[in-house]
Amino acid sequence: MSLAFKQETFRDDYTFRNSPEAIRRFPFPFPEDQYMYSVNIEPHTPGPKGAVTEFTLDVDEHYVAECRDKAITLEQDPGRCASLPHMMDAEWDFLEFTMESLARDYPEQFSLSKNGKAWTWVNRPLGLEQSFVFGDVATLPMGPFEYMGRQVQGDFVLLDQREDTLFADAGIVTSQADWSLAFNVGMSWHEWHGPVPQVTKLGVMDRALKFLMSLQQANPVRRLNWTMTINPRLDTSPENYPLWGGDRNKVTEQNAGELAHLRVELQTLFRMPRSNAIVFSIRCYLISMQEMATYPRWAKRFHRVLRDLHPDLVEYKGITKYQQAVVAWLSRFDDGADIGTGTQPE
Amino acid sequence: MSQLQVKVASIQDVSAGVRHFTLVDAHGGELPAFSGGSHIVVTMPAPGRTYRNAYSLLSSPEDRAHYEIAVHRQPQSRGGSIYMHEEVKVGSVLDISYPVNLFALSRVAKHHLLIAGGIGITPFMAQIHDLERLGGDYSLHYGFRSREHAAFADALKGRVSQRAVCYDESLGQRMDFDALLRAQPLGTHVYACGPQGMVEALVSTARALGWPEHHIHSEQFLAPPVGEPFTLKLSKSELEITVQGDMSMLEALEAAGVDAPSLCRGGACGRCELEVLGTDGELQHHDHYLSDADKASGRKIMPCVSRAKCGYLELNL
Repeated sequence: MSLAFKQETFRDDYTFRNSPEAIRRFPFPFPEDQYMYSVNIEPHTPGPKGAVTEFTLDVDEHYVAECRDKAITLEQDPGRCASLPHMMDAEWDFLEFTMESLARDYPEQFSLSKNGKAWTWVNRPLGLEQSFVFGDVATLPMGPFEYMGRQVQGDFVLLDQREDTLFADAGIVTSQADWSLAFNVGMSWHEWHGPVPQVTKLGVMDRALKFLMSLQQANPVRRLNWTMTINPRLDTSPENYPLWGGDRNKVTEQNAGELAHLRVELQTLFRMPRSNAIVFSIRCYLISMQEMATYPRWAKRFHRVLRDLHPDLVEYKGITKYQQAVVAWLSRFDDGADIGTGTQPE
Repeated sequence: MSQLQVKVASIQDVSAGVRHFTLVDAHGGELPAFSGGSHIVVTMPAPGRTYRNAYSLLSSPEDRAHYEIAVHRQPQSRGGSIYMHEEVKVGSVLDISYPVNLFALSRVAKHHLLIAGGIGITPFMAQIHDLERLGGDYSLHYGFRSREHAAFADALKGRVSQRAVCYDESLGQRMDFDALLRAQPLGTHVYACGPQGMVEALVSTARALGWPEHHIHSEQFLAPPVGEPFTLKLSKSELEITVQGDMSMLEALEAAGVDAPSLCRGGACGRCELEVLGTDGELQHHDHYLSDADKASGRKIMPCVSRAKCGYLELNL
């Protein structure tokens, strides 16, 4: 897809929209008519040309606008970026990883030149050029994690591996679906996965943790997760609940197509070389019901998934208030015909 | 699993039975950075069978121009270390795994107490680079049988002599684990790598003194033991495979073309765990990974180092 960066907003007047190409490549997560929480981890191998998984990190038409929205959130609340002192090696790992990925996969937009430890980074979409010494924090305008965390779409958590588990010891989290970095920083794997219903008893989290503990360099993994958001709003943090919580009462059968958005997270995990930390990337994609319905197969599928969702998961995903309105809006696309399995659009 | 291709740039005999290999990227590029304590798995395509052994990286983690490993020729080797000593020459090209760290330094420790026995010094050689760069507080205690077995004593003398204490057993010098562990400040993490008896003595002394479990770190790569042949029945793929006496179950699966996940190949990481559906004999667990309860259940096995004394063993694979 072309990288014509859009001017749009994720708050106030909510001018965010997806182009037809962005809708076509949307990571629709439902291969079947029923949804049940699962770990569904697979290797993060390069996807087809144009897919959101084509490259290590996905940059799309919303890049500039998302980075601007992230900067606004960080200005209002600098605590959305945090890193414990022992994570400095992991911060440099993250900087190198993001710079190398972007420069390799999007050479027209980003470049990185190295002369020993003297590096120069150019970010053309955001108009940045920075020369610095790798490993010397004083040569960057801010810490390496925050510096590059502001220049990539999505949220990032750096996981330290010790005591036979993973600790969320650094994070830059500005587009979270109702969870809080301030609440989670320093927590261990089982602490921050504690609330997921229908899951703890299955031992799913133990198996996923064991799998991630042996995650290897060069063999990253990914999974999709999803929830819903009213209005195309990236920052749905608990701290800002007063700004977005009430919108959930405004959804009707008439306006659900415009207001209700499916929010899909492409979660990827990468082992870092120097620190042995794991980068947990949570990239958020939003699509309105109207945009989704440009492919009726997706609207049919999502109608069935949402209609039949387990009540515990309706509650957990925070969609109780408007589930019925969205199901009613989507029902016009569902003739009940069998649409087989698979996530593809028509 | 992704692999790297390396070329042997130089070989040195550093002490009795220990050969030191310097590896560079076979395509002339940079090798991946790593963290101190990491190992690589080297693939050795011997005639008739393939060996895969894990070796700790001992070079500086920041140096991406080359890797260094040291291989101790095992007297009762099944063939891997002999292959490294006899078949691998300067210029040989080898497939290796990306670095994996199952023996990482804690980044929140107040003090690091490093205990090395013999060839067990290798992971610490790289960890010392990390500790020096980060300004970490540490001390290293390195025991060896005699001066001619002290592979890296001279290198350490030059680099970190004020933090390293050497023990030459031929001169009657021995580490006193009890005294050493009692003398450490609160918040110390202890790391042990070396012969099995030494590591077990250190770990049990630390536990007896009440050290928190997560402050005790050890690494031992186990070689698969030799045993009697038996038959593997794979329930999903409906295959029957013979495990020869000098092969591990994992090696037999790989030789038969079965895609079995694995990582450390030394009974430590847990990646290769398989579900046991049945056997007409008894399981012989050799790994460090499964709990005693897991082993007693008879339902799990680590095919990289464990085997069975039986006619057949049926796996959910």
